[in-house]
Amino acid sequence: MITLTDYLILGAILFAIAVMGLFINRKNLVVLLMCVELMLLAVNLNFVAFSRYLENRTGQIFVFFVLTVAAAESAIGLALLVVVFRHRRSINVQDLDQLKG
Amino acid sequence: MSPSAWLQETVFWFFGTVLVVSALRVITARHPVHAALFLVLCFFNTAVLWILSGAEFLGLVLILIYVGAVLVLLLFVVMMLDVEVAKLREGFVRYAPLGAVIACLLVFELAYVFWAHALGFHALGHLPRVAAKHDNTRALGTTLYRHDLYPFELAGMILLVGLIAAILLTLRRRPGIRSQDPSRQVQVQARDRVRLVSLPSGRRHSS
Repeated sequence: MITLTDYLILGAILFAIAVMGLFINRKNLVVLLMCVELMLLAVNLNFVAFSRYLENRTGQIFVFFVLTVAAAESAIGLALLVVVFRHRRSINVQDLDQLKG
Repeated sequence: MSPSAWLQETVFWFFGTVLVVSALRVITARHPVHAALFLVLCFFNTAVLWILSGAEFLGLVLILIYVGAVLVLLLFVVMMLDVEVAKLREGFVRYAPLGAVIACLLVFELAYVFWAHALGFHALGHLPRVAAKHDNTRALGTTLYRHDLYPFELAGMILLVGLIAAILLTLRRRPGIRSQDPSRQVQVQARDRVRLVSLPSGRRHSS
């Protein structure tokens, strides 16, 4: 039988892969956004698994809201990306130093 | 083990493996378009896993809305950007060991938490069976509209804000572009376009 632990381990592996992606793709803004999407997916996987395990629908409702916020986030993130690309002709994170941070 | 349990386990491990492999391909793909397409594969596999665990509505929503709208948007943006892939992959090999170490650390920490009975967390339990007549969509709808109506409306507001912000950020007026202005076209009067000039007649050109 599939246990809750299987789901949690799968979610943990997915989250770790996304974190690793943040490290190795630290210059490419598009792939960074994709890694954030992967992280949200891993968290949602855990929410769904716990919702099933505890027989409580709140976890699934929360996934619903997480998906909504993730959609808004990626829309705004991509819009920012397009604006940055128009200004700098590049999406390299290292070129984004105008704020001197 | 009953045949259905065996089937469930097979499906879970098959799609879980494909999910992990495609997630690895997302972060290592040479071109961002390939990464986006592997991300689509990831989301499909996750949808299958959600449907397997009894969250059918969310699985379908993930495919229809997330893959159908958000990832297609991502794909469009990636395809429209003309990026130099080689420059963006600098430091890929240099940071890979550090990333791998941190990822392994994360997995081991989380796995320790899941397995440690000393922490008072017993996650090893089997998932309870879902009743055959259980209607996931109806149950979710009831909860959403009965108990979480205000958060639901708020989620709609967030989407509206995201929509307006995305349009406002990418809107630009470029000077020197000849484009139609429907408002001015409709408002035009005959006297703006046609000028009647009375020319004196009967005079010949002097050569």
